[in-house]
Amino acid sequence: MTLNRRKFLGTGVAVGASMSAPMVMGAAHGKPKVVVIGGGAGGATAARYIAKDSKGEIDVTLVEPTRRYYTCFFSNLYLGGFKQFNDIGHSYGKLASEYGINVVHDWAIGIDRDTNMVTLAGGSKLPYDKLILSPGIDFVDGAVEGWDISAQNKMPHAYKAGSQTELLKAQLEAMPEGGTFAMVAPPNPYRCPPGPYERISMIAHFLKQNNPTAKIIVADPKPKFSKMALFQEGWGNHYDGMIDWIGPDFGGDSVSVNPDAMTVTIDGEENKVDVCNVIPAMKAGKIAEIAGVTDGNWAPVNAADMSSKADPDIHVLGDAAAQGDMPKSGYAANSQAKVCAMAVRGALTGSKVFPAKFSNTCWSLITTNDGIKVGANYEATPEKIASTGGFISKTGESAELRKATYEESEGWYTGITSDMFG
Amino acid sequence: MRRVLAIATFCIASAGAVQAANIGDAKAGEKHFKLCKSCHQVGPGATNRVGPQLNGLFGRKAGSVEGFKYSKGMIRAADGGLEWHAEQLHAYLENPKNLVSGTRMNFRGMKDVDERADLIAYLRTFSDNPRDIPEADPTARGTDHDVDPAILAIQGDPEYGQYLSSECVTCHQIDGDDDGIPSITFWPEEDFVVALHAYKSKKRAHPVMQMIAGRLSDDEIASLAAYFKDPEQ
Ligand SMILES: Cc1cc2nc3c(=O)[nH]c(=O)nc-3n(C[C@H](O)[C@H](O)[C@H](O)COP(=O)(O)OP(=O)(O)OC[C@H]3O[C@@H](n4cnc5c(N)ncnc54)[C@H](O)[C@@H]3O)c2cc1C
Repeated sequence: MTLNRRKFLGTGVAVGASMSAPMVMGAAHGKPKVVVIGGGAGGATAARYIAKDSKGEIDVTLVEPTRRYYTCFFSNLYLGGFKQFNDIGHSYGKLASEYGINVVHDWAIGIDRDTNMVTLAGGSKLPYDKLILSPGIDFVDGAVEGWDISAQNKMPHAYKAGSQTELLKAQLEAMPEGGTFAMVAPPNPYRCPPGPYERISMIAHFLKQNNPTAKIIVADPKPKFSKMALFQEGWGNHYDGMIDWIGPDFGGDSVSVNPDAMTVTIDGEENKVDVCNVIPAMKAGKIAEIAGVTDGNWAPVNAADMSSKADPDIHVLGDAAAQGDMPKSGYAANSQAKVCAMAVRGALTGSKVFPAKFSNTCWSLITTNDGIKVGANYEATPEKIASTGGFISKTGESAELRKATYEESEGWYTGITSDMFG
Repeated sequence: MRRVLAIATFCIASAGAVQAANIGDAKAGEKHFKLCKSCHQVGPGATNRVGPQLNGLFGRKAGSVEGFKYSKGMIRAADGGLEWHAEQLHAYLENPKNLVSGTRMNFRGMKDVDERADLIAYLRTFSDNPRDIPEADPTARGTDHDVDPAILAIQGDPEYGQYLSSECVTCHQIDGDDDGIPSITFWPEEDFVVALHAYKSKKRAHPVMQMIAGRLSDDEIASLAAYFKDPEQ
């Protein structure tokens, strides 16, 4: 029921009035119910917008196991020493107290699509008219030879923020003088395309100040990565000789690790390392698979409203969705959440639905006051979310522009986290 | 024309020495006011735009211009007793956020003390205290622009604007706080429309804003302006 705006303006009040009658009420149980699984960039935003804009007409329940959400965005800046751990943590207090969202700290472990019911680990059941899944990512088993999730305390991924991020930072601080830091970079598609390379920049920044003879090796299965020219320029300018990036031409795609021996073998050559950050291949958070809405690793969705191609009562947001051209970023998840929130409200209460618009910008920091960014606009087509053009920072930009870009990223961080958590 | 006063007459009691206040050159200051003009007006007929009008600034209590929506930060500072005198203006113009954290004034600051003194001298000519205001000083005009009046005349739909605004508030905070990214709330509609069209036509330089504005229609820009004029409505 996407509505053309001109048509709406043209027919004015009459349309508005006829549309305010509830269209879909699902089960006969009073207020329509929305359950959101995952309180991250996609889920928290969707829950907040539905609660805020429906003004009490919709019951919103947000299921999220952690009481404090640590953002992956800016977690690299914490590794680099630009942020404190506390700076990247956010509570769900306002979503509950100011927006009336029922925040349940538990895991969703089952979804029954015949009866529209979610089961939580604690045993309770939540009925829904619309279910929104924004569970983020999980790792593909066996993606990196020698590594599985039980090795994450020796070789952290730090690709879900929180204790993993703190652990990686502690390992970094404990590195012996002149030691070696290794990263096993992920194959496409994965969350935050520039993330691993911003992380390398931040780790180099930290080491340059605290352990300047240390070395960094990156084993990468991809011949090219996001903002590659910009990162490589920055690494040359600020961290010359410290970073050895090994692409697939030199065996970066043939890697195994031994977490007990702390070795990384690249193209048959074994390296003894002090810290090893393994970022394996990714897939949609497991609950999407449990719901049966995935096809391969990700959950296909319709671009116009982020509804699952497998079930019109389920919407999938953020990293877990296979939507087309948008990168898996917090910005993108937040943008998709607003389109989804509008569509869900429209379906449940008959509120106006405007055409979907999506956008994304990803900022990265290379060193103090050296920020870069890449962004694009997107539109919904019948097949996918399709890019309609974008921009990227240029090599050789002035120091002032880079500083302004960094300051802008701080503004964005404050903006998006208040857009998520109120 | 630049004089140095031995005694800082308009320096108030608060700490911090405005080193022998340099009164500055109002004529030179008029040129620096260009930096302020896109948001502020001063002189006969000046009205509130993105920023408050600046007539009678000297000795005025901060946050007190009628009809202007101030940031929470400015209201807090005013409650704390901030009044505009040369010393405060120096501090504010040097780094607005140092003096008033949370101010919505998006200005990087003027580092050169003499330039500040000139600008302050210029602003002082529009204050009735001291009473040496030239009679017919020209009005500093708001934004110079070439947006088609037919575009400026479009009546936006604030409800549509509210929906479209969800794209803006990923970065621009709705409560008007700003922090690396300028505030866009409580702008006069015309200024808002002019600014977005300047991004759309790539006259204003900023890749993210050029991208976002580039695909907004004239109606959509008008609707955003109608919404951001007062998002609390
Ligand atoms: C190092 C790094 C840097 C990044 N930098 C940026 C950046 O600068 N800009 C940017 O835009 N993006 C960045 N990202 C990407 C961004 O963090 C993600 O794209 C974004 O968080 C995706 O949002 P989401 O809602 O899909 O998932 P998440 O934000 O991960 O949220 C998922 C939530 O679901 C919960 N959950 C999972 N399973 C269940 C279940 N069964 N039951 C209940 N709850 C569940 C989890 O606890 C989690 O809180 C970065 C990522 C990394 C790793």
